[in-house]
Amino acid sequence: MASSEIAVSVDQVVKRYGSVTALHGVSLDIRENEFFTLLGPSGCGKTTLLRAIAGFEDVTEGHIRLKGQDLIDQPPFKRPVNTVFQQYALFPHMSVTENVMFGLLRKSWSRQEAERRAQDVLELVQLSDFAKRKPGQLSGGQQQRVALARALAPRPEVLLLDEPLSALDLKLRQAVRMELKAIQRETGIAFIFVTHDQEEALTMSDRIAVMSAGHVQQVGSPREIYETPVNRFVADFIGETNLLDVQVLSVTGGVAQVLMPGNRNFKCPAAAVVNAGPGHLSVRPERISVCAEAAGDLSATVTGHTYLGTDIQLHVKLVDGEAMSVRLQNAETTLMPETGAVVGLSLEAGAARLLAD
Amino acid sequence: MAGKTDLRRFPGFLTVTTLCLFVLYAPLIVVAVYSFNASTSITNWGGMSLTWYVDVFIGPEAPKFQRAALNSMIIAVCASVIATVVATLAAVAMTRAGRFRGKTLSFALINLPLMVPEVVTAVASLVFFSAIGFTTGLTTILIAHTVFCIPFAYLPISARMQSIPDTYEQAAMDLYASPREAFRLVLLPLMTPGILSGFLLAFIISLDDFLITNFVKGAGIETLPTAIFGSVKQGIKPNIMAISTLMLVVSVIFVSLSWLVGRMGQDKKKNN
Repeated sequence: MASSEIAVSVDQVVKRYGSVTALHGVSLDIRENEFFTLLGPSGCGKTTLLRAIAGFEDVTEGHIRLKGQDLIDQPPFKRPVNTVFQQYALFPHMSVTENVMFGLLRKSWSRQEAERRAQDVLELVQLSDFAKRKPGQLSGGQQQRVALARALAPRPEVLLLDEPLSALDLKLRQAVRMELKAIQRETGIAFIFVTHDQEEALTMSDRIAVMSAGHVQQVGSPREIYETPVNRFVADFIGETNLLDVQVLSVTGGVAQVLMPGNRNFKCPAAAVVNAGPGHLSVRPERISVCAEAAGDLSATVTGHTYLGTDIQLHVKLVDGEAMSVRLQNAETTLMPETGAVVGLSLEAGAARLLAD
Repeated sequence: MAGKTDLRRFPGFLTVTTLCLFVLYAPLIVVAVYSFNASTSITNWGGMSLTWYVDVFIGPEAPKFQRAALNSMIIAVCASVIATVVATLAAVAMTRAGRFRGKTLSFALINLPLMVPEVVTAVASLVFFSAIGFTTGLTTILIAHTVFCIPFAYLPISARMQSIPDTYEQAAMDLYASPREAFRLVLLPLMTPGILSGFLLAFIISLDDFLITNFVKGAGIETLPTAIFGSVKQGIKPNIMAISTLMLVVSVIFVSLSWLVGRMGQDKKKNN
């Protein structure tokens, strides 16, 4: 399969604005035919990196290669990549078709061929009926699809998407996710998708790079990122987690012996960089079950419940005062402890993960 | 809106408003009304007539006014076209070049002519032209008009420009347009309402200018405002009122057009 070939290689890219460093030597390989997401909070450098790939930002140091060819000295209009902008930036004085044809005509396609290609792409995004309208006459969701069609029309080597769903309302966003993923599969183009929305990233991506403060924290499949986060930031940023302060007694072969709050022993997988001493144990709320007080890995007092529909969130407090949350399925068979009850919490050993700071 | 701060409830609001409107518009109304006077008197009403309008076009002074009107038109068209081109370039540079050294200074230099007393500019222009040995004539008027029209053209163009985010040009360049193509195919069409508005404003400013024109014009060259002034010195005749009324109409049309074009651009923007 060709998907292991590298489409874009980001090599030790540094970006400084005066005394502020936005990217600290970022290196990433984006494979061909891959839906790759740059995920992180605002200000983490993800958009800067995307703009550097598009050519709108000069990089201070490092290289960006597209299929082995260095892009750094190429102006944006010579790079075979196209962008879907956050606010779409559709040309308001041109019709939908003219917008989609714009890139093709600049690449010296004939009008006839460009028109045919525009029709095909508009069909792909299901907008054939709106071809003659002006962008101002379209809804937000339709504009988003025109922007996608316009960027896909010139058959770019890589498609860059800068938070393209953030201007849509929630319902629409969820529908568009699946559509976007389907279009990516159909076209076979590598997508580099920037978002701060972890749910978006988890549902669409083949791989995710979690970024924070100009560093890439972890690269991996959604499952790897969620289930085996390498550090506190990733564990905390992706989904919900409980971070417990524990004492690490020993680490051998990736397995750690730790002393839990309440002085019970626990064995769990450790991220590679953990040493003996104080550490953090990350446990997802849905990987904890309630049991008899003496049988648990932890002893806790129930402080309240939150009803979430499919789940019920149990708020508990440990002996050392630390708060935790536990997700229990909302089913008749689930035993639901009352507020004030003292219970045992049993952690799935494989799902709990010991992390460095 | 009918809260305690409603301006209409302020004491004396009606009086002040009426007074202001009266001072502003009574002279114009008098001129417009008396331009239709049948009598040669400028104070006594002798009945309704179009005599003075006919006189403007075929009367004894008609050739003089026609030549002056033609000069005014030539100067206004040329000066406003050149000023609009310069102002457009200036607006693009000021809003797209990012921060550059002397940006504040450039901004001040572009807009300063609006604040310099016109008579100073007039004297300075005259001194300058004679210093470099220019013979005064149509060319000197044209140069002077072009210069003072630039800041007027710049205002609406730069206002429009500031409301166009640079992502449009980035999107164009992302789609393989060279910077030149991005400007011609995307930025320029989006700027057009501002450019038209600036052009119309510059045109009317040039057409109406008296003071600077009077200083830098050569002997025997007249524009409509200087020709009118020249006639008035020999006593006010009702044909002057007819010409003035015609000029007023032209001005009002152009200013309205400028405003309408500007608003059209804004409506378009709202739709996006």
